[in-house]
Amino acid sequence: MGVRDMTLSVSLRHALPGFLLDAAFDAPPGITVLFGRSGSGKTTIANAVAGLLRPDRGRIVAADKVLMDSDRGLWVAPNRRRIGYVFQEGRLFPHLTVRQNLAYGRWFAPKGARIEDMAHVVDLLGIGHLLTRRPGALSGGEKQRVAIGRALLSAPRLIVADEPLAALDEARKAEILPYLERLRDEVEIPILYVSHSAAEVARLATTVVALENGRVIRQGAAAEVLSDPAVTPLGARSAGALLMARVVAHHDDGLTELDAGGCPLFLPRIPQPPGHSVRIRIAAHDVILSRVRLEGLSALNILPGTVRDIRAGDGPGAILSLDTAAGVVLARVTRRSVASLSLAPGTSCHAVIKTVAIAPEDVGAL
Amino acid sequence: MDWLGPEEWQAVALSLRVSLWATLASLPLGIFTAYALARWRFPGHGLINGLVHLPLILPPVVTGYLLLLTFGTRGPVGSALQDIGIVLAFRWTGAALAAAVMAFPLMVRAIRLSIEAVDPRLEQAAATLGASRLWVFATVTLPMILPGIIAGAILAFAKAMGEFGATITFVSNIPGQTRTVPSAIYAFLQVPGGEDAAMRLVLVSVAVAMTALLLSEVIARKIAAWVSGT
Repeated sequence: MGVRDMTLSVSLRHALPGFLLDAAFDAPPGITVLFGRSGSGKTTIANAVAGLLRPDRGRIVAADKVLMDSDRGLWVAPNRRRIGYVFQEGRLFPHLTVRQNLAYGRWFAPKGARIEDMAHVVDLLGIGHLLTRRPGALSGGEKQRVAIGRALLSAPRLIVADEPLAALDEARKAEILPYLERLRDEVEIPILYVSHSAAEVARLATTVVALENGRVIRQGAAAEVLSDPAVTPLGARSAGALLMARVVAHHDDGLTELDAGGCPLFLPRIPQPPGHSVRIRIAAHDVILSRVRLEGLSALNILPGTVRDIRAGDGPGAILSLDTAAGVVLARVTRRSVASLSLAPGTSCHAVIKTVAIAPEDVGAL
Repeated sequence: MDWLGPEEWQAVALSLRVSLWATLASLPLGIFTAYALARWRFPGHGLINGLVHLPLILPPVVTGYLLLLTFGTRGPVGSALQDIGIVLAFRWTGAALAAAVMAFPLMVRAIRLSIEAVDPRLEQAAATLGASRLWVFATVTLPMILPGIIAGAILAFAKAMGEFGATITFVSNIPGQTRTVPSAIYAFLQVPGGEDAAMRLVLVSVAVAMTALLLSEVIARKIAAWVSGT
């Protein structure tokens, strides 16, 4: 036996009234985001993986353990799967303190299982001051952090998170996202993360599995899937590519200078210190295209590149992908502009990105 | 307590013993029945539900007579129990059985309502954390339905204290054995000059009932606050 394979491998077929789920994907370590509209089958998959729903047919293997195989008539009960589930509504036990909630899963974990250290998890999630409280006295963001900790401490093979931020307001989301990034980067357990938020995907995903009407339309590394103009499971409005960049300097006028593949990028001040790598989501509708390099423009970020692909939608818009030195950028423009600028694959042009269009939630640790 | 005569005191003590045993002995079955009715779908669900509630609707005398037919020394269950040395007919144990049967629907109802109020998603969460069904029940469901269990138990106790028709039909009215407070009141009212003794027992009944209700209120509120986690 070589190194333990932590991959989650899923292949499912499940018929619901008016809906057929037929999906197969592999989730390597890191955060794999099931990305799609509500009703695309994301939660059904999450529940099948956790054993809360028994699909008609399929095979699920997590970290070398077969959890379900309909061909062999095998189905493991949820309490024997060791899947740490973080629910949208937290589902903390109201009659137990935060500490007892955290300890709950650990109590049932098999002897000898590799269990995260309670003190480390408490520190990782910043919940040390909450331990003696009851869930009823916690804010929504605090509840979700405790729920993540509880799942983590049950010695899971895999963590399933079903839209854990959907019930929170923007400020609470911003409070939790850094903890999820730390989880992704510091804990070896793979995470299956259900989301219909492009910003969450851009910030957290290692791997993206894009779903539409119960089918996988694309799966792969996050930057790769998100830069494909054909993959817009939430519609063109939420299209946006990922750029990887390194922090160069923080300037006195409130801007942070980054280096993305040799191109300078200016962003509103971000917390990461110089030298750190970050990922930045550039929303397609925030990008302006120009055939010539413009002078006297207020926008600070201009990336030269060539058109790689054009996808015209049903409406007046089109999504273009551009190869630049910084990476692939998506731009959403009108079809009229595509025609008047004679844009076609291979055409060279410039992508213009306003600095202030990039919001703090678009920037994540790498 | 010298304002109660020995005969009256005997009736009060017997009633308390009968009601306590009726409540405690039927509680596990009550919780199980309530859980089954609230959570499981099985053939005969409606029938079980009907049987449980039957004593609430039947004339108590009918319930008592059916108990006598079943658990009397010549009844199918009664004769079998007699073979292993358990006699219910005309004993205080029979009075406890009658009280338990009459109080059962009230107990099951209260507990079932509290089980239906438990969010099954919390139980799912416990399962994903590794708890088997039995553990889920013991660590999540049971603590959350404690207020309902206490309410059901107190209600059953109060009902048992007041049970008369089924008891007198099943186990008669034997002083020291089956003469509970209601039977004693009835007996006192049948003899000239018994009104004073009857009135004293009425006061005792009212006091016990009020205490039970207040106690259940206080305990249920305390537990509800603890369970809701605020």
